[in-house]
Amino acid sequence: MSMLHIVNKSPFERNAMDSCLKHAREGDAILMIEDAAVGAVDGSTIAGDIKAALADKTVYVLGGDLAARGMSEDRIIDGIKVVDYAGFVDLTVENEKTQSWV
Amino acid sequence: MATKKFMYVNRKAPYGTVYALESLEVVLIAAAFEQEVSLAFIDDGVYQIAKGQNTDGIGMKNFSSTYNALGDYEVNKLYVEKESLEERGLTADDLMPIMWEDEDEDWAEKPSVRIVSRAEMADILAEQEVTYSF
Amino acid sequence: MKFTVMVNEGPYQHQSADTALHFVRAALEKGHEIFRVFFYHDGVNNGTRIAVPPKDDRLIQQEWSNLAKEHDLDLVICIAAAQRRGLMDAAESKRQGLDADNIIEGFRISGLGQLIEGGIQSDRTVVFGD
Repeated sequence: MSMLHIVNKSPFERNAMDSCLKHAREGDAILMIEDAAVGAVDGSTIAGDIKAALADKTVYVLGGDLAARGMSEDRIIDGIKVVDYAGFVDLTVENEKTQSWV
Repeated sequence: MATKKFMYVNRKAPYGTVYALESLEVVLIAAAFEQEVSLAFIDDGVYQIAKGQNTDGIGMKNFSSTYNALGDYEVNKLYVEKESLEERGLTADDLMPIMWEDEDEDWAEKPSVRIVSRAEMADILAEQEVTYSF
Repeated sequence: MKFTVMVNEGPYQHQSADTALHFVRAALEKGHEIFRVFFYHDGVNNGTRIAVPPKDDRLIQQEWSNLAKEHDLDLVICIAAAQRRGLMDAAESKRQGLDADNIIEGFRISGLGQLIEGGIQSDRTVVFGD
């Protein structure tokens, strides 16, 4: 029974991403939307935490939110998958439950 | 109507924003639906049930006593994360003694607040079917 | 699959209203059912008809209204949250002795029970907030 965790806060401003990473379990999915999309970029101070999460979880970023913030897809951490809104809907179907880390 | 596990996740301090108050309003209404209700207090959410709240100086209604009424609505699973308390220099003694009366044990008073570790909290969150975040 | 969507922030201030709109559209396009969209906290402001954004901007309230008409959506504004923030339908405005109402077509005002019922009846509940 996997959970889709939706995070919408920049990890550089708020602790939602940090808290999500500390509570998400093996096999869960994490989707970064809105300001959280910047967390997908490699080379940042939190990239290590995201890479650690990728060991046993899947991580997604909403492509439109990444592009809107001037970040191209070739800059994101290896292993993070880019989805659109249709992909977002699919993730809520594939995972039995969702939790938003507002 | 089917019974589902409903979780109310509270991660924000009271008064600075309306989320804590309006979260509590949902919980009180939800009680009438006879679902399995749990509340989680994580991160700054632990301040929502801190004891000794006094709003005289800010001109806002102190709604903290409402948490004491939750037991009457059979809402008695208030999970508080130990690590969240510790990170803020708090202990269980800083929280309101929120109780409920167990009908099956001659109305014995029992604590509604359950201090759990972060790992236990992760498991509790994973068990839920509907999660509202405030 | 049946969804209930909760929208907790007002339009323009936060992106969450836009994201929720995109999500609901995408779900409908995929053939899913939107059982209900419930607007809470400042999210109730998605239902005002008295908003005039600059001409070159999107009109979020109208987009919800249009979507409701197109897909027969149930868009519910929480009455308690609405009363705090000055959102009134004609009946409630009259009951409160006020001189105006401001709900856009396609929305209705009701209680928090509608949110819980959505949670019980739907396969998925997705929360958009701040």
